[in-house]
Amino acid sequence: MKCGNGGTSTPALKVRAGRQIEILGEDDVAIESSTRLLAEKLTAERETFLSQWVRTIGEDLQGRLSMAELGRELGELYEAILQALGTGGLDGRGERYGEVRSLLIELSRNRARQGFTPTETARSVFALKEVLEPSLTGDQEGARAYLQFARLLDDLGLLTTEAYVRTREEIISSQAEQLLELSTPVVKLWDGVVGVPLVGTLDSARTQVVMEKLLQTLVDSDSTQAIIDITGVPTVDTQVAQHLLKTVVAARMMGAQCTISGIRPQIAQTIVALGIEFGDIPTNASLADALRQAVAEVAKESENDARGLL
Amino acid sequence: MKDYGASATPAETVQVATSGDVVTARQMVRTLAQRGGLGLVHQTKLVTAASELGRNMLVYGGGGVVRAAALSDAGRSGIYVEFRDEGPGIPDVELALTDGWTSGNGMGLGLSGARRLVDEFDIASGPEGTTVRIVKWAR
Ligand SMILES: Nc1ncnc2c1ncn2[C@@H]1O[C@H](COP(=O)(O)OP(=O)(O)OP(=O)(O)O)[C@@H](O)[C@H]1O
Ligand SMILES: [Mg+2]
Repeated sequence: MKCGNGGTSTPALKVRAGRQIEILGEDDVAIESSTRLLAEKLTAERETFLSQWVRTIGEDLQGRLSMAELGRELGELYEAILQALGTGGLDGRGERYGEVRSLLIELSRNRARQGFTPTETARSVFALKEVLEPSLTGDQEGARAYLQFARLLDDLGLLTTEAYVRTREEIISSQAEQLLELSTPVVKLWDGVVGVPLVGTLDSARTQVVMEKLLQTLVDSDSTQAIIDITGVPTVDTQVAQHLLKTVVAARMMGAQCTISGIRPQIAQTIVALGIEFGDIPTNASLADALRQAVAEVAKESENDARGLL
Repeated sequence: MKDYGASATPAETVQVATSGDVVTARQMVRTLAQRGGLGLVHQTKLVTAASELGRNMLVYGGGGVVRAAALSDAGRSGIYVEFRDEGPGIPDVELALTDGWTSGNGMGLGLSGARRLVDEFDIASGPEGTTVRIVKWAR
């Protein structure tokens, strides 16, 4: 029975498989001839096409990019596309278009950094369609080749948008980091005393930066007193409190004494109602009071040191 | 707690999916509290409670919606805020409301502290999610 079953099903499979191959074959032939036609056209009319392409884009970008620079970029891209076509490929995501893709990614990254829009960037690719259209759409074979090419360029155009967005994201996250650095200045307030005026919301990322900078500055300036001023922190909730406590503990482990200043009355009341206890951490309503105490502490320390020497 | 949700209109809403959204929700509540004539201490307490509940919603409830509105009832005016998530819920609400109890690595003061910071507090939690509703009156 098994044998019989196998015997009846096998030929049917074969026929189906055979048909598929046939269809694929037709497609392949069509793509091959389109690719050949495109390669021929692009080679024969290289100068005309390229200069027209550069001109179209140049008008779009209105002098925000030098024509020499643009000519070089598009020239390289043109050659790479031609080469990929020459090896018989129309699949923009395929192996043959590796060089084209890396050129496009480079181009998109530059455009994103120079402040061009994603549309302007994708247009750099799409414009090549317009350049080729008149000389291809005369006959049926040409029209078919044009369609294939348009599809390829659509795909490559999308690729530029992907690369553009990725670059913008990189730029934004590095700016956010810079901002974080800028917004947490650790300053030396007095001999032996450093201070951090915190402004805005204190999240985990920011706490990390504050903590690292504070500890580094304590070491660099050979200080023993640190003041964290929270006058500019609008909301002190359990998360902020936990972050503050962590920072204080870290400073203590380096042998420094840490004070939290700038606790406004409404914040003090809220902290108490929440149930947060700052334990033995000294707190002060104003930065001035905290500084006065810290300076006194430093003086006491050096007195003790001097006594120790005698 | 009385069902103020329906009478509290027009309500403003913030979808909370990131910690940035918690800040946005907090700002919305602060603006409403200022407009509603709450004193500075009341404002700060309400905003801090919103911060705790908003973050719980994000951390334990996988995000949700914060709805807030000005309220007037029996001659008093205040601010109503509602936090609704569709997370796993709190298995033991009484325990969660105990000072210092946390299932994670927090201080375990958010929920119980928020209750102390406001005038009215109501929590409903089940497997379909958690809803916390609070009111702070202007006095
Ligand atoms: N929306 C929620 N959905 C599910 N579980 C919650 C929710 N809110 C609170 N919980 C549970 O209740 C516990 C107590 O919450 P609470 O806010 O008091 O403390 P915490 O968030 O752990 O720490 P923190 O003091 O930093 O707020 C949480 O650890 C969590 O297990
Ligand atoms: Mg909490």
